[in-house]
Amino acid sequence: MTEPLATEDHYGRAAERVPRKSAPIMPPQNVAGSALILVIAIMTFLSCLTLGAVTLVRDTASTWQTQIAREATIQIKPADGLDMEAALSSAQRIASGFAGVRSASIVGQDATLRLLEPWLGTGFNLEELPVPRLVIVTIDPVAPPDFAALRAALAEAVPQASLDDHRTWVDRLIAMANTTVTIGVSVLILMLSATTLAIVFATRGAMAGNGHIIEVLHFVGAEAGFIARQFRRHFLLTGMKGALAGGLAATIVFVGFSWWSSRNMATPQADQATALFGNFSIGAAGYGGVILVVVLVAALTAATSHLTVVSFLSELDGTQHDG
Amino acid sequence: MIRFENVGLRYGMGPEILRDISFHLPERSFQFLSGPSGAGKTTLLRLLFLALKPTRGLITVFGKDRSLITRQELPVLRRRIGVVYQDFRLLDHMTTYENVALPLRVRGREEASYRNDVIDLLKWVGLGDRMHVLPPVLSGGEKQRTAIARALIEQPRVLFADEPTGNVDPPLARRLLRLFLELNRLGTAVVIATHDIGLMEQVDARRMILSDGRLEIHD
Repeated sequence: MTEPLATEDHYGRAAERVPRKSAPIMPPQNVAGSALILVIAIMTFLSCLTLGAVTLVRDTASTWQTQIAREATIQIKPADGLDMEAALSSAQRIASGFAGVRSASIVGQDATLRLLEPWLGTGFNLEELPVPRLVIVTIDPVAPPDFAALRAALAEAVPQASLDDHRTWVDRLIAMANTTVTIGVSVLILMLSATTLAIVFATRGAMAGNGHIIEVLHFVGAEAGFIARQFRRHFLLTGMKGALAGGLAATIVFVGFSWWSSRNMATPQADQATALFGNFSIGAAGYGGVILVVVLVAALTAATSHLTVVSFLSELDGTQHDG
Repeated sequence: MIRFENVGLRYGMGPEILRDISFHLPERSFQFLSGPSGAGKTTLLRLLFLALKPTRGLITVFGKDRSLITRQELPVLRRRIGVVYQDFRLLDHMTTYENVALPLRVRGREEASYRNDVIDLLKWVGLGDRMHVLPPVLSGGEKQRTAIARALIEQPRVLFADEPTGNVDPPLARRLLRLFLELNRLGTAVVIATHDIGLMEQVDARRMILSDGRLEIHD
């Protein structure tokens, strides 16, 4: 309203004044409208949080996978008459020659001693103990080598060698990560379904109070498209307000977490969290998801109001009997 | 202008509310529609302003067969029909002026093109000094006159008023009746649904009496 309501005197002089700017066809926000904004904000917030959590879990799971799949180990067991050093170099050479292997390095005597230190203590001679030796093979995780061929080539050259491609671990991790992501996506689907239903019902609830407006517009000769447009615009705005508030709150939570984790980088709690969830920050996909949820929620609100108007109007005409 | 031939109406599988209704509403005519409560006055009015379709019989509106009128054609036809509801149906967030201007506004007309017409009409119904007041502040009679002005703003060819004097005192009822007579004199056909015998006795006009779903006409 750009002008205050004109006041009248007893002589009807207000009649000559220019009327104020027309009131919108839809009444300004009422209690049902505010409640709708709140419901939309809360549901959007929860959906965005779930989406962020799923993104985090998915990223973390794929990090676990790649980290463990990046290495394989060749183990050479000692045997009578075996020249361990020669066997190690031979294994290293064979492994290095395979496509998909980035490097192969022998775990030296000192390193092996350090590995065994927790069990055997210090100050013993490695030569006296039948301790297996290792070659660490770094693999290109995108194009891994043909493990079967590598295994066969090793068995031929060094019969005491065995190749552990960590397949057991990788398979278990993949299974675990997939389960975690599946659970996360299921929760996200449930959350989005709940959001959809909550918004549909809340919008219909807010619309119920506006039935008389649809009816009046209908009977003063407004076309269905005109009425639907008025409501769609109004509820798109309402949905947008709620969804933006919810999305913004979720973004603040994400940024807050990421800030907390970077500030507490060296503390034991943060290390624990980092070990599990990486650096705890939501990537671009997470923020993109938040924007998508906000847009979808606003569109859903507008679409629901549109459909409600259309069905209300056909109900108004639907009370008609076919002649 | 509007013609009913053997029209019958029932809701769902219920009994027939209206039976074998036949009449003709000529241009510029003035009539009362009366009958006891529950006789079907409101249902007949709803048939007249195209909110219902009959279960049987033929209704012709402005030369068109009602059963052939599509939903897309309804808004255009409704603009030729003015309706005053018993419960006014004003929008509370709009001023008297805006409520009256609403039918023109929903057609997308610029305010400048109709402002003077609305002001003149409001003065004509005696609401010249209540233009910028919201309906909750208006008295029953003022709301009634606002509803009448809204029904008239598009200069309809026919006006239907459902119990227009139901909520007002006798002097105001007489004023409203004079308003309808004046309107009729200017060329609009008027149908007033009422069971106020006193009101009907003030005018020598055609009476359509509904009783038990059947219509009797006393010219």
